[in-house]
Amino acid sequence: MKELCFPFDSQKILRRRPALKKQLLSDGTVRIKKKIAVLGGSTTDHIVATLELFLLNFGIEPDFYQSEYNKFYEDAVFGNPELESFAPDVIYIHTTSRNLTRLPASPSIKHEQIENDLNEQFAYFRQVWESLMEQFNCPVIQNNFELPLFRHTGSYDCWGNTGHSAFIERLNVMLSDYARSVKGLYIHDINYLSAVCGLTNWHDTEAWYLYKYAMSTSVIPDLAYSLACIIKSLYGKNHKVIDLDLDNTIWGGVIGDDGQDGIEIGPETAVGQSFSEFQSFIRGYKDYGVLLAICSKNDEKNALSGLEHPSSVLKKTDFVSIKANWGPKDRNIAESANELNLGTDSFVFIDDNPAECAIVEGQLPMVQTINLSTVHDAMYKLTRGGYFEVTSVSDDDLRRSEMYAANVQRATQMKSFGSYEDYLTSLEMNAVISGFKPVYIQRITQLTNKSNQFNLTTRRYTENEIQEVSQSSDHICLCGKLIDKFGDNGIVSVVIGRIESDTLHMELWLMSCRVLKRDMEFAMLDELVRHAKKKSIRTIKGYYYRTPKNSMVAELYGTLGFTPDEKHENGDSVWYLDLEGYKNKNKVIKILEKENEDEHKSNNPTS
Amino acid sequence: MNTNQIIPRLNEVFRDVFDDMSISVNEKTTADDIEDWDSLAHINLVAAVESEFGLRFKMREVSSMKNVGDMISIISERGR
Repeated sequence: MKELCFPFDSQKILRRRPALKKQLLSDGTVRIKKKIAVLGGSTTDHIVATLELFLLNFGIEPDFYQSEYNKFYEDAVFGNPELESFAPDVIYIHTTSRNLTRLPASPSIKHEQIENDLNEQFAYFRQVWESLMEQFNCPVIQNNFELPLFRHTGSYDCWGNTGHSAFIERLNVMLSDYARSVKGLYIHDINYLSAVCGLTNWHDTEAWYLYKYAMSTSVIPDLAYSLACIIKSLYGKNHKVIDLDLDNTIWGGVIGDDGQDGIEIGPETAVGQSFSEFQSFIRGYKDYGVLLAICSKNDEKNALSGLEHPSSVLKKTDFVSIKANWGPKDRNIAESANELNLGTDSFVFIDDNPAECAIVEGQLPMVQTINLSTVHDAMYKLTRGGYFEVTSVSDDDLRRSEMYAANVQRATQMKSFGSYEDYLTSLEMNAVISGFKPVYIQRITQLTNKSNQFNLTTRRYTENEIQEVSQSSDHICLCGKLIDKFGDNGIVSVVIGRIESDTLHMELWLMSCRVLKRDMEFAMLDELVRHAKKKSIRTIKGYYYRTPKNSMVAELYGTLGFTPDEKHENGDSVWYLDLEGYKNKNKVIKILEKENEDEHKSNNPTS
Repeated sequence: MNTNQIIPRLNEVFRDVFDDMSISVNEKTTADDIEDWDSLAHINLVAAVESEFGLRFKMREVSSMKNVGDMISIISERGR
């Protein structure tokens, strides 16, 4: 919904909240449901009310628990039956500098005392996180602290021994250091947010005394949006691609008219310098795993010559899809999406031409467009828009672009083979299929939350749930990694089965769309059967739960040789596979045993 | 600004905040007349009226406004 996309009109959101909510709930979107506990050090009603709108807009339907006013510490440390039975998926601790109890009270306080107070203040919050994480095993989001607007000593406040700003900044560093050292704690940077909104707009003494709001009502949408970005990122709902126009978007001028020598990029001119900064900024996203693409009205030869400009930061190889032609941009974006096996809702499209943005918005409403008026403006919108909010960085993220580029190479190679099987064989595929090892837990969780198409049950798991099933003796958990001659695709398939006497019930079966039609599902089944037999299982039961996005796997169990058991009117179905006489199905992927060795030794000493 | 100029604009604010197109406020309207007028809505209302009329209510005013008439008299004095 446009009203809820950055940059939004906060006043309008506050004023029209009920109507916006109604509109969102009736738009037919299928959303994942999440329970969010908000533990506040101030009144949180407004935050929850606006957070709800932004989350709905991100495809998450929240259910909220709110602590009593300023009872975040009590709820966390002493427990609360209501919170317990709510069983949150995410906990947000909304505290601010108003909740700091150890700020230096006078300039006469000794250095040792300040150190002591700082440590105790930190310990107070650490106690909150530790006890919540132990009790609920779910992500905890904690605000850091905003700087004060009012100060006695001017700049000295930020470096003097007893300065409040100094105390807060040191405390913030302690929060960040701690968050980096544990899993599941996420810092919400209201220190940045309050600065970007302006401390004069952020702080509102009257709102504090009237409503016990720790900030001005007018910035609450900013706070809620930034928080919603963290939450949607945790559930894999980030955008994935920046699709760029070229002329006057990543360089100054028009390559077709001005030629490679005529465009402005690089240190010679002010305009050229600004585009260099923009290209570097975009390149930085790629380093965090965002895919880059081009969508430009140009002859391809000209477009490429622009990228070959000696000062161009972005090179042809940085892009996973280049569409430089005279066709409509919405069609080009849709084609790129198709090639990359992504939805158009993964795309952020940047163009200096407002008309192009409008056409794309009209034809592909799921695409987020950024109309670049200046480089500065575009970088600001990318920043505040939170399209690529990072909550953790996996090795896969850092290598994503490479993996997609390899996919494109595979597609090219496919064209030169007589049969599909020849092509598959030529890929020299190797798979490593193992239990859930600790290093994979994060990626597995990510996959369970963002795979929609090749996903039989669409069951979402938290990191802690994945951890639990991986150690459970009643479950068989397998994850598969696929490597071929073009590169390592990383973990691409996850299956979880629950054992009930001699039957294995498949609670999850998913695969990343980047390895569709590679027979990886056969390799997974072969391994699953092997593990199941070791546990004396006779039957595997497969469940297909239909969603608007997973029709591609409606018949998967049939393809895998299962027999239909039940078919329901809503499209759901249940299948079974008798393991007696099962013959391996995979012929083209070699299973690497290296990572499975230990397991073999312990489970099967004779082999 | 007089009451006749204020009421239509104020009415729009009320309709948005309470998402109820049937609302029609007058000087005597109080929180009891509008079902959803709780503390959250009150804060929204104050913020929306402040932004609509470009004024800032004083703390004492926020806590002592008893009916729409009180609101109108403040707006007529300081509103734009």
